[in-house]
Amino acid sequence: MQELTADAAIELRGIDKSFGSVHAVRGVSVRIERGSITGIVGENGAGKSTLMSILYGLYRADAGEILVDGRPVEMASPRDAIGHGIGMVHQHFMLVDSFTVLENLVLGAEGGALLARGLAAARTELARLARDYGLTVDPDARVADLSVGEQQRVEILKVLLRGARILILDEPSAVLTPQETDRLLQILRVLRDRGVTVVLITHKLREILAVTEKVIVMRRGEVVAERRTADTNAEDLAELMVGRKVRFDLDKAPARKGETLLAARHLSLVDGRGVRLLDDISLEVKAGEIVGIAGVSGNGQTELLQVLSGIRPPSGGEFEACGRKVDATHPVDPAEMRDLGVAHVPEDRLRQGLVPAFLASETSILGYQDREPFCHNYILDGPAVGKYCADLMERFDVRPRTPGLLSSSFSGGNQQKLILAREMARDPKVLLVGQPTRGVDIGAIEFIRRELVRSRDAGCAVLVVSVELEEILSLADRILVMFAGRIVGEVAAGQADERTLGLMMAGARAA
Amino acid sequence: MEEALSLVTATLAATLRVATPLVLCAMGGLFSEKSGILDVGLEGKMLMAAFFAAATASLTGSAWMGVGAAILAAEVLALLHGFACITHRGNQVVSGIAINILAMGLTVVLGAAWFGRGGQTPPLTGTERLNPIFFPVAGDNILVYGALLAVPFTWWLIARTRFGLRLRAVGEVPLAVDAAGISVSWLRYRAVLLCGLFAGLAGAYLSIAQNAGFSRDMTAGQGFIALAAIIFGRWRPVPAFGACLAFGLLDAIAIRLQGVRLPGVGEVPVQLIQAMPYLLTLFLLAGFIGRTVAPKAAGVPYEKEP
Repeated sequence: MQELTADAAIELRGIDKSFGSVHAVRGVSVRIERGSITGIVGENGAGKSTLMSILYGLYRADAGEILVDGRPVEMASPRDAIGHGIGMVHQHFMLVDSFTVLENLVLGAEGGALLARGLAAARTELARLARDYGLTVDPDARVADLSVGEQQRVEILKVLLRGARILILDEPSAVLTPQETDRLLQILRVLRDRGVTVVLITHKLREILAVTEKVIVMRRGEVVAERRTADTNAEDLAELMVGRKVRFDLDKAPARKGETLLAARHLSLVDGRGVRLLDDISLEVKAGEIVGIAGVSGNGQTELLQVLSGIRPPSGGEFEACGRKVDATHPVDPAEMRDLGVAHVPEDRLRQGLVPAFLASETSILGYQDREPFCHNYILDGPAVGKYCADLMERFDVRPRTPGLLSSSFSGGNQQKLILAREMARDPKVLLVGQPTRGVDIGAIEFIRRELVRSRDAGCAVLVVSVELEEILSLADRILVMFAGRIVGEVAAGQADERTLGLMMAGARAA
Repeated sequence: MEEALSLVTATLAATLRVATPLVLCAMGGLFSEKSGILDVGLEGKMLMAAFFAAATASLTGSAWMGVGAAILAAEVLALLHGFACITHRGNQVVSGIAINILAMGLTVVLGAAWFGRGGQTPPLTGTERLNPIFFPVAGDNILVYGALLAVPFTWWLIARTRFGLRLRAVGEVPLAVDAAGISVSWLRYRAVLLCGLFAGLAGAYLSIAQNAGFSRDMTAGQGFIALAAIIFGRWRPVPAFGACLAFGLLDAIAIRLQGVRLPGVGEVPVQLIQAMPYLLTLFLLAGFIGRTVAPKAAGVPYEKEP
């Protein structure tokens, strides 16, 4: 066993942690080798973030010990962790938008009661780090004006500036374009070569395989496997994460396209402040095809779905869905769209997809509550709704199969399956889907994608918006790329690759 | 000519006199709001401070004891606000309003019980008051100078010191402060205590410097005007000071205009003149504050995730 002889920067022994009745981490022991990149993978709720939060002093373990450089240490707060040379780059950036880069960098390590000297020292140090690691950022830029990739670099610099020799990154690529992700991985390699120990928490197997030396797989709070990256592959890791075989490749027959069911012409949307959210959007979705919209989040995808589902009226242009023309002077409401056969699975599940405090059975008819057989003469028929929900749960494998449970008690994946079931059960002609698998675990991802393809094969026109490029690539028959409220490119699924799409997503190239 | 000049200087002096409590109060409120703790209770803190200043000065004969008591009284309310909003993550507006109501009631009840003059304290004379230093007519007591110094001090503390950087950060992204290993609660408590200090001085000024004793509800909404000044100043000390001066000037002009017959208009009703600062507040709030620049985390209690 080579692992045991290697020099450990961190060792966790028998770490155990519960939140109330949830046993988040169960007696986990891991060793992180010095000067290496170690990946920690697992589904949502597998305990990987909790474990790292314990290491960083954000939570206290119920049992177990932490060793840094072979010596047992107390981690009562992030301050202790920083003192031991451990730094953490959080998934959600901990930056003050209105501050300059320099001000953000010194926060918490100002080097004295007056700022002037600390700021000057940080400026010098920043220049050194830029030289050593190739991490360049304008120290006087306001963080709000930086791109997401640059903001992440500030986060990494912040940690290095505190003298961290052990760097923990929690889902660092969640908000990055593929190019920015590549850049990040490059930076991590440089850091490793300079002796920094890196721990990468992610659920993206591509990154794990690209950059790590060792992978630790967690499932239900336990470490289920440790692998040398060279000795493993994506299928193997996915199986370990889920606990059963996972198929990545969707069996998909070529699309049999029918008539156009959804067509938008020169759609635009301008908000109250005059900001152009959608700009001259034209697209078509035919029966029997899946059109995917790729793009970094916040480039108008949300607004496009809102307009097409009737939530917001367009400011200009028009669209036609199932024969109904909609423009600024002839708006439509979501209920009418549903009547026309346009179903919508919103991207923000908890705000628009369901009411967390409602029962699952209520969620299963939301939007259709005034129809037979759920409702007779303005009175809801509880037993009928419950039975309907139980049927849906059976068909869409929603677990647990309890219509009387609160919607909020289900996991993200099962909530999503329930919403999808609700919208798909009525055999819609057009299906609008936003982020079908955001925050959904691998097993459910597989199921949801297959259902979408099944719906396509049944002759539905499907429009999928997703920030996960891999998802778009596996689902869509045609791919549109959105950037800054416009459609900047269209690619047929067969000809698409991550690199070209990534460039379009960054607005660098129009096809 | 000479008459016009003296009119101008008199008006300016009056402006400064009226603006002093506003400036002190606004600087205090700035600290609190910059840290993310809204302070609707400035009015109440000032009122309570004014009462204890006058009561203590009257009982001990020392204006300085009065100032000390004023600060203490305001700090007690500040801590109460902090306890509710920081420690227990209560609603900051509700807590502030509660403090205002508490102060309004308590000052009258205690005043009536201790002095039996319908809520007023006995009139203060001589060393029981803070008296003018150089110009007896202008009323340039030490707190007027204190208010003028408070502005650059506040600016310096917020812009140039470690405490200020952390204060600004905690009002924007408390999570970032927490992650940097700095205590969010302790930082906010210090901000709230600073606020209490300044509100205490403002209250003391009202009852033992500008006036010679406490009378019920003597703050008359000045705490809210200070709050408005913070908003006009977009949470920056110097512009907030400017807003306070503008309110002061308006008030000073209003006092001058009382009983004056304006050509073509006739005598301006006193009520209208006295309503001017409040009308200006409404007008400015409605029209001038378009985009909000308030500290992002203001009003939001800080809670760690599970």
